[in-house]
Amino acid sequence: MGERQVEFRNVSFRYQEDMPWVLKDVSFTIGPDEWVAIIGHNGSGKSTIAKLMNGLLFPQEGEILVDGIRVNQETVWDVRKQVGMVFQNPDNQFVGTTVRDDVAFGMENHGMPRELMVKRIEESLSAVGMQEYKIHEPHRLSGGQKQRVAIASILAVSPEFIILDEATAMLDPKGRKEIMQTIHGVQKERDLSLITITHDLHEVTQASRVIVMNQGEVWMQGTPREVFSRKEHVIEIGLDTPFISKLADHLKAEGVSLAREPLNHQELLEELWTLRSTM
Amino acid sequence: MDITFDHVSYVYQPNSPFEHRALNDLSFSVKSGSFVAVIGHTGSGKSTLIQHLNGLLQPTEGKVQIGDYVLEAEGKNKRLRDLRESVGVVFQYPEHQLFEETVAKDIAFGPQNFGVENKEIEKRTREAVKATGLPEDLLNRSPFDLSGGQMRRVAISGVLAMNPKVLVLDEPTAGLDPSGQKEIMSMFSRLHREKGLTTILVTHSMEDALAYADHIIIMNHGELYSEGTPLEIFQQQKALEDVQLDIPEVIAFISEVRKRLNIDLEYKGQTIAELAKELAHKVRGGGDHE
Repeated sequence: MGERQVEFRNVSFRYQEDMPWVLKDVSFTIGPDEWVAIIGHNGSGKSTIAKLMNGLLFPQEGEILVDGIRVNQETVWDVRKQVGMVFQNPDNQFVGTTVRDDVAFGMENHGMPRELMVKRIEESLSAVGMQEYKIHEPHRLSGGQKQRVAIASILAVSPEFIILDEATAMLDPKGRKEIMQTIHGVQKERDLSLITITHDLHEVTQASRVIVMNQGEVWMQGTPREVFSRKEHVIEIGLDTPFISKLADHLKAEGVSLAREPLNHQELLEELWTLRSTM
Repeated sequence: MDITFDHVSYVYQPNSPFEHRALNDLSFSVKSGSFVAVIGHTGSGKSTLIQHLNGLLQPTEGKVQIGDYVLEAEGKNKRLRDLRESVGVVFQYPEHQLFEETVAKDIAFGPQNFGVENKEIEKRTREAVKATGLPEDLLNRSPFDLSGGQMRRVAISGVLAMNPKVLVLDEPTAGLDPSGQKEIMSMFSRLHREKGLTTILVTHSMEDALAYADHIIIMNHGELYSEGTPLEIFQQQKALEDVQLDIPEVIAFISEVRKRLNIDLEYKGQTIAELAKELAHKVRGGGDHE
């Protein structure tokens, strides 16, 4: 086993030979305990990256290494033990008739002993705050609860990497908050890396690193602060910047000097407070 | 078209163990030509409400009036066909309903069902794709070869080709990227003005409700929780939190500025640039002691 990381080495991918490349020479590395947000306009190749990462697709060029193991037909089942994925539509990822059965499904596929499964079901459902719902039918849960169960099913297998592919896009604001809280909790308690593919700028500002995709290529990598301080360019490629970041720009234009690019209300308020008290 | 809900209740699967009262004694009215946002958390009755607007559901109790069409609990509710010709509904993820071989055929499907002449359909199709910003050379392509954003525009074009007077939009931007969201919403805003439509927008985005609506209806547990102009509605932070709704970010930020910096600032519909100007002035101590 190599070091704990997902590495894309010069990866290119297209769905068919006569079709354009969806990914072109993409390289990046995601290390332990990182929270990486992948953003980009619709069709920029974000979801393809997710599918390549756990062997739902294989690249035509380049290679993908998970913990140093090359992802291919032979290694895909080992890879999937390490890379779990939550999809966009909460209704498309249930197989069990109860929440408990559903969480057990992934573990059964990996042939875990029963005692361990029982223990893991308890642990992972309580990690997402769904332990009260063990014998509920998944399809009767709210969207946010469904996604939390989907996350629990993945935690149960104890992967090193979890990919959330627009996992909050179909949820209402309350469901979104539930998922974000769950993710924060899980990331703090468990030793794992998160990869979130999202259009939600609030999610992006909370990540430790951002990979910006544009037309199948890695357009930029950096901290959320670095990415949003290049606003004009971010907007050029069809993305948006957070409200606070826009307001900060206009404040600067009004001659207010800010020490750094604010990412949230708190940061901007603190700067304004300092300015006001020194006036 | 004026829309009135008069003590409307709707019960799913009545007299069964699954009986569920989705709307309860709901009364409100919408003036012809308004842009109304319907907000409320999941399960508050928004979708049930909009399904009454073109007669997909008929009230269990009470009366719905749209223009001169009346939907009542009792009685047969004739002329549903006319109603459906006047009220266009863009459902969530409308691109999932595309089915024809070509974009043109898909757009023509609705008007054809209503017996519109071919020549007129062609004219409307061209207008519809122009309105939704689709290049005309896509008309002979399969809708399934298009990108997600384009497919959604095709589906919307199909609704527009019906020449509706009322446009009902159920979360039309869900799943689109930020620039796609902005494009679709400004398109609806433009159509609303140009065609003098009455527009009903169901949304989870408080930002869109603030930016586009002139009237907001908040649903909670199948009942009307509150209604008013966006400014009226979004001043009531506590009342919104009680039903698990957020306030738009600009208003939240202004309220924090007031509290934390003790600066007298109010939201009156300023743009970000105007807000920055005012804030810069006040941070420098202007306005407080003058």
